Amino acid sequence: MWNRIGALIIKEFLATLRDKRARVVLIGPPLVQMFIFSFAATLEVKNVNLAIFNEDNGKAAHELVQRFRGSRTFSHIRLLHTTRQIRQVIDARKALAVVHIPQDFSKKLYAGQSPEVQIILDGRSSNTAQIVQGYLSRIVDGFNHDVGALRGAPPPQSELVTRHWFNPNLEYTWYTVPSLVGLLTMIIGVVITALSVARERELGTFDQLLVSPLTPFEILIGKTVPSLLIAGTDGTLILLIGIFAFRIPFNGSLVSLYVSMFFFLAAIIGIGLFISSLARTQQQAFLGTFTFAVPAVLLSGFATPIDNMPDWLQPVTLLDPLRHFMTVVRGIFLKALPPDFVFANTWPMAAIAAVTLTAAALLFNRRLE
Amino acid sequence: MKGGSPRRLKALIAKEWLQIMRDPSSFIIAFVLPMLLLFAFGYALSLDAVGLKLGLVLENPSPQSRSFAAALTDSRYFNVRIGHDRRDFEDDLLAGRIAGIVIVPRYFSERLARAGDTAPIQILTDASQPNTASFVQNYVRGAWQSWLQLRAREQGREFRQPVRLQPRYWFNTELNSHFFLVPGSVAIVMTLIGAILTALVVAREWERGTMEAMMATPITIYELLLGKLVPYYIMGMGSMFLTLFVSVEVFHVPFRGSFAVLCLVATVFLMAALGLGLLISTLARNQFVAAQVALLAAFLPSFLLSGFIFEISSMPWPIQIITRAISARYFVSSLQTLFLAGDIWAELVPDILAMLVIAAVLFSITALKTVKRLD
Repeated sequence: MWNRIGALIIKEFLATLRDKRARVVLIGPPLVQMFIFSFAATLEVKNVNLAIFNEDNGKAAHELVQRFRGSRTFSHIRLLHTTRQIRQVIDARKALAVVHIPQDFSKKLYAGQSPEVQIILDGRSSNTAQIVQGYLSRIVDGFNHDVGALRGAPPPQSELVTRHWFNPNLEYTWYTVPSLVGLLTMIIGVVITALSVARERELGTFDQLLVSPLTPFEILIGKTVPSLLIAGTDGTLILLIGIFAFRIPFNGSLVSLYVSMFFFLAAIIGIGLFISSLARTQQQAFLGTFTFAVPAVLLSGFATPIDNMPDWLQPVTLLDPLRHFMTVVRGIFLKALPPDFVFANTWPMAAIAAVTLTAAALLFNRRLE
Repeated sequence: MKGGSPRRLKALIAKEWLQIMRDPSSFIIAFVLPMLLLFAFGYALSLDAVGLKLGLVLENPSPQSRSFAAALTDSRYFNVRIGHDRRDFEDDLLAGRIAGIVIVPRYFSERLARAGDTAPIQILTDASQPNTASFVQNYVRGAWQSWLQLRAREQGREFRQPVRLQPRYWFNTELNSHFFLVPGSVAIVMTLIGAILTALVVAREWERGTMEAMMATPITIYELLLGKLVPYYIMGMGSMFLTLFVSVEVFHVPFRGSFAVLCLVATVFLMAALGLGLLISTLARNQFVAAQVALLAAFLPSFLLSGFIFEISSMPWPIQIITRAISARYFVSSLQTLFLAGDIWAELVPDILAMLVIAAVLFSITALKTVKRLD
């Protein structure tokens, strides 16, 4: 039996790696995606276009404007001269935010009154705009603090001290790169397996496999092992790039990571084989992959957090192996996640793997009859 | 269009249409998948942090620290659990079950009462999710400021910052992230039909040799391309109407532009998308490669590089340059403007022009490649 399985495994390896184009597709795109998406998939806010409409000639207004200019968040600062221009720059997305300093700003400030500074933000990008509002209010807070000190006001009664754990400078790539290790490994794993049975079906060679002495269980192993090794190798490559090219701190245990990756890939390959045994053509298999992969990415919490999803949808994310694996990878990279926490996220993947692999084997079986 | 005849073109379109209707899988791509994606995008994607899970540590509960706690628990942005030791929550932070811990230290009320002293409050965030971490910081700050104001009012002091900031959000006063994410996903759905469906179907024709058979007939290359495009254009527009309907009726996104302008912008975008699909199929000529390339060159860029979720201005400049070649980028920004702001030509005209240029380039390359094969 093990001889037969061994032969099948070798055949599967050859079938996947023989074609030069297929080899390129397995190695090239994941690496390119790793580099482009690590930088592109960022919710960090940088290089924001800001416009300032300062109607006041006073010194205090000038001082405030200088503080906005000094901030590194704002790359281009455009000075406006009429109220009409506010609408123009916001409408045409020439600026994400406009700071409007009124005519009587300095006068009121010197008189001890509190002048109002208006900021107009583009709600078409409300996430970025809210973060920009945060930056602007911190600048104004600093200004207020200094004004208060000059006036001899008592120090503030209370202050907030923020400490960002696991990622003190809020580097976005520290989040994206570990997440991409999971995401790209998943895409490779599901694409190679989903097309493997469908291709054989289209070519008619799957029927030959079925009439051979191999049992469905042996076919399952023969199809799983090569995909596991290929996707695992790709995953390792991506991991190495994350650690050495992006210099993301890797604080946790490599053993935990690989144990978890094994069950993750088993779950993914189970899903791939399941899609593949349902599909009659490669095109259908491709569509099936797509129908699985897009929701899997969305529900994993990669693009936007799971906590923001509606209550009825949050339990559904527990069925998504990518959700568990991303928690593990990010946790091991940044938080040195202890083994019991890794286990808590790994057994659901093992359960998903058991279900999907069995279902795939049953489907081979059904076609046999 | 030399030697073109409307009758031949009509026959071609009819043939193409029959082919689409006969094959259930292209129908699924055109109508079922878009709906599935739009619902997945609409429900699963949200940047509105409502109910951020926080652990609040009151090391020494006192009236002062309780009044601050109330400011957090009353806010709809937080879902707060209260404890008395930070160790109660450290495991939760590690496991990612909470987004942050707010600590009101033992000496808080003492230092608050002492004149000239400052009582600190500490925030610890789980920065392995940096966006959520900065929202925790900003929202706690907001709650803390309203607490300070409330306190000042209670003590009969006038609490006034020297300068007050008055933020106003245009186009989306509720700050609902669905309002820009849903229009953005319409662009992704249309990329799916325009580029991916076309790429797959035309690649299948090359694979089966029916493309060559068509070329042996008196049909000109332009008629052939046009005959392919018209049915997919109609399907693309059909799914656009469907997604517009769902966006407005199910997700309650306002639509402030005019329908005619939306049709114009969608048409221009579909030209570019169909051009991309046609080019991919012409170069690949095989379904497997076409599928891979379509995923890489059409779907993922429309998702990640279009500015739909991830702000383009925050990307490094080489990637910003790449985004300029992606038609979805212009379509996403036009859609957000049409839905939320209205017909703002200063924004729409440059987008339309850019998409036209991209479409023209893609069609020229396709025409060149196809003509060569005819020789």
